[in-house]
Parts: sequence; structure tokens; C-alpha cells
Amino acid sequence: MSREVVFRFDGAPYPGRDGQTIAAALIDHGILSWRRTRVDDQPRGILCGIGVCFDCLITVNGEPNVRACMTGVEDGDDLRSQEGTGYAQ
Amino acid sequence: MNPDVVVIGAGVVGACCARACVEAGLTVVVVDRGAVAGGTTGGGEGNILVSDKEPGPELDLALLSRELWAQMAGSLGDSFELDPKGGLVVATHQHTLDYLLRFADEQRACGVIAEPVAATDLPDHEPRISRDLAGGVLYPQDMQVQPMLAAAHIIEAACATGRTTLMTDCAVTGIDVDASGAVSGVRTAQGVISTRHVINAAGTWGGEIAALAGVELPILPRRGFILVTEPLPPLVRHKVYAADYVANVASDNAGLETSAVIEGTHSGTILIGASRERVGFDKTLDWHVLGRLAKQAIEIFPLLAEVQLLRTYGGFRPYCPDHLPVIGPDPRVPGLLHACGHEGAGVGLGAATGHVIAQWITGASTSIDLAPFSPARFGASHVA
Ligand SMILES: Cc1cc2nc3c(=O)[nH]c(=O)nc-3n(C[C@H](O)[C@H](O)[C@H](O)COP(=O)(O)OP(=O)(O)OC[C@H]3O[C@@H](n4cnc5c(N)ncnc54)[C@H](O)[C@@H]3O)c2cc1C
Ligand code: FES
Repeated sequence: MSREVVFRFDGAPYPGRDGQTIAAALIDHGILSWRRTRVDDQPRGILCGIGVCFDCLITVNGEPNVRACMTGVEDGDDLRSQEGTGYAQ
Repeated sequence: MNPDVVVIGAGVVGACCARACVEAGLTVVVVDRGAVAGGTTGGGEGNILVSDKEPGPELDLALLSRELWAQMAGSLGDSFELDPKGGLVVATHQHTLDYLLRFADEQRACGVIAEPVAATDLPDHEPRISRDLAGGVLYPQDMQVQPMLAAAHIIEAACATGRTTLMTDCAVTGIDVDASGAVSGVRTAQGVISTRHVINAAGTWGGEIAALAGVELPILPRRGFILVTEPLPPLVRHKVYAADYVANVASDNAGLETSAVIEGTHSGTILIGASRERVGFDKTLDWHVLGRLAKQAIEIFPLLAEVQLLRTYGGFRPYCPDHLPVIGPDPRVPGLLHACGHEGAGVGLGAATGHVIAQWITGASTSIDLAPFSPARFGASHVA
């Protein structure tokens, strides 16, 4: 069994497993969308799941535009859903 | 089918030719072996530049073309992101600045608006630009479009008149001539189209089309890569590039040349182009090239060092040995016209290319003398 980690998503704590991607950890909790698009404000989550499409961008510990499907979740991670480009305008 | 004109190639140049012919009252069939903008038009950027053109026939064509692009954008309802943002050319060293300022003087004499900018004033135009530059020149006439949208919307508008038919996934396999040697039709994967006029707008593959008509045309590929950043809030206002770019564009060096060209897009990504290499149609990704582009871009905009790259793409510019496009009738085959070989400026020069081609077909006098662009300049060799 892989080790348990605890991460935060938009402030609330969630358990996850070491070795899981951020996308997998969020989907485990029924969270399917963590970004809204720049132009039309549409919800986005996973699409290709293999790092190609850049639909799954999320802000991790203050760094915007991290691919959730390619990045492992770590204990203590502060994940924030992302608006627009992820940079405060 | 018996159209007045068959346009081979549905890239930006073929699209502009089709539209201009339709506006001149002709009926047109556009044929492409792939999809609209599936060639180099889908592998490049959409700059419409006067800033990088030295005085001469190409600059005259560019000045006409930017007027025509602005008109097209007006009548097609802002469908392809035309942005008259202006260009800012900067020099990293005093000796390049001296060269750039002399170059700008010559351009100004030909009708280009070129305003010298002192190093201390550069941040007024580009707040995030490096403070280590020697100075620059502002070119308010430079513009940008999204080339794939442009090709698609221009062809769509031509089709909407009812006088243009688009055939995609339809390769041209032959060009027929009559007893006098003049064009009589185009053979395609979907049958023969009878016509008296063929416009070769096949870009980098223009030499292959010419060979189908039995004539030689020396067009070769010049590879280029572009880097795409993550979407950002607007940071780069103009099209900004280093003065070395101008020297690279005109260069005959077969080896790798890079000079960063940086521009924001409507979608928020920043495009960093472009390399120039003669390596045939080799698509292999070259990290060395990408690294050099990134480094040069950071020299101009230091904040790019903190920005992530999403992807890279590229294409093969169609170039001729003398770096001028081939535009106009082929004296060896009556009815065959060329509109190809625009190298790194097919978008910029596309509108004027279509315009003068349509003028020639309808017997009007052309807005620009076509002699410097004539295929006859290569010597009249027929393919066996
Ligand atoms: C990295 C890079 C950056 C660039 N940046 C700029 C820029 O900023 N500004 C600018 O103006 N230009 C730029 N260019 C150049 C520009 O992209 C080209 O000059 C332009 O797209 C050429 O358009 P075209 O319509 O002639 O050719 P293409 O778009 O290549 O169209 C030719 C078409 O012919 C078709 N075809 C070929 N053979 C056949 C056949 N046998 N039968 C049927 N169809 C056929 C192909 O499928 C293709 O669709 C850049 C190019 C590159 C590679
Ligand atoms: S889902 Fe496509 S890159 Fe992550």
C-alpha cells in the first residue's frame, strides 16, 4: 500500500496517496474541474491525461500552469483552481 | 466543371488568389491535396511586415499588401485577428544599431514609416523590455494576423459568392496542355478540371507543380521552429525582434540561423520564432535550435526566463535562390501562373500576390511591375 499524503484544494484538506498524479488525486474525490478558461470562462479538467493538451492546468504552491496529469501530488501541497492565465491580472 | 481559373494550394497565398480572382469576376476552383492551411500556412506565424524588407520589389509588394490586408479584414469582419500592433526592432550592440538606423533611413525613402527610438525610451513602448539594449526603430505599419484563420475565412468568403468551389483531399496529378502548348486542364485525384488558367500556389511544393507542366522552378524548403509559451496576461505589446533578424532573412548561409522574434497573440500565448535552416524536409526536433531561440528571447525580455514553454511547432518556408517569390505568368506554358516561393513572408505578401495575379489574368495593368518576380529570371529550362 502506498503512503497517505494530505493536500489542500482551494483551502480544504483532502487525503491522497503518494505516487498519484494531482489529477488522479482530485478525481478520486469527485473533483473533475479545476480551471476556467481565459476567454469564455468554461470549466476544464483532464482531457488527454498524457501531458499533451495543457487543458489540466492548476496552480501548485503558488506556481500557475502546472499540468495536473503529469505532476505527482505531495504531502502538504497547496492546490488552487485557476482562473484565466493563472497570473493575477 | 469548367472554371476560369484553377488554384492549386489552399494555403494563405492560394486563398488570396482565389478571392482576388472572384472579386475580378472570374469563376474559381481551389484544389488542395490536404486540408485548408495544412501546408506551411499552418506551420508559421502571421506577421505582415514592412520592417524586415530592404528597398526593392519585395518592399513595394509588402507596402501594397498591408493596405490590401487591412481592406480584407474590414470586409471580412475581423475574422482572422488582424492586429495593427506595429513592430519594434531592437539592437543589442551599438554597431548593429548603426546598421539598423542606416537601413531605416533607406526604407523611409521608399515610404516606410520608421521612427528611431533611443535606448532610454524603449520602455515607454515596451515596459518589460531589457534595459541593456542599444536602441531600436519603431515600425507602426507592421501588423499580424492568425494565418490559418485568414486562409480559411478568405476561402469561405470566396465560396459564399457561389463562384468558387473548394476541393480538399484532392491531389493534383497532372497539368494538360493543348496542341499549342497552352494549359487546357488540371488532372486531380477526383478527375479532370478543364480550364485555361492554372495558378500554382503550392508553396514549398511549387517546383513539383511546375514539373507537372514540364517546367523547372527552383523552390526549396527552409525549416523554421517556433516556441509557444504558456498563456500570459499581455506583456509584449509589439512584434519585437533583434536587428540581426534582417540580416538572417536575406542570408545565403545554409547553416542554422536564429534571431528571436517575440510577439503576443490574442489567446495570451507568446510566440518566439524563428530559426532558419536548410535541411530538406527533415522534421526532427532539434533541442539545440530551440535552446538558442529561448536564450535570445530572454536577452530581449528577461522576464521570459520565468515563463514555461507549452510546445514548439514549425514548417518549411518555400525559398528561391534569390529570396524573391515567383509571381506571374510562366512564358514557357501559356495559362500557367505562379504564386509561390514567398519564403518567410507568404502571409505578409499574400494579399498583394492574389491582387496582381487577378489583374494579370483579367488583362488589367498590374499595380506592381511583375518583371522582378517572373519565373523567366531563372533561365528558361524545360524538364525532360
Ligand atoms: C517558422 C515559420 C515562421 C513563419 N513566419 C511568417 C510570418 O511571420 N509572416 C509571413 O508572412 N510568413 C511567415 N512564414 C512563411 C509563411 O508561412 C509561408 O510563406 C506561407 O505560409 C506560404 O503560403 P502558401 O499558401 O504559399 O503555401 P502553403 O501554405 O504551404 O500551401 C501550399 C498548399 O499546396 C498544397 N499542395 C502541394 N502539392 C499539391 C498537389 N500536388 N496537389 C494539390 N495540392 C498541393 C499543399 O497541401 C499546401 O496546402 C513562416 C514560415 C515558417 C516555417
Ligand atoms: S490532460 Fe492533457 S496535458 Fe494534462
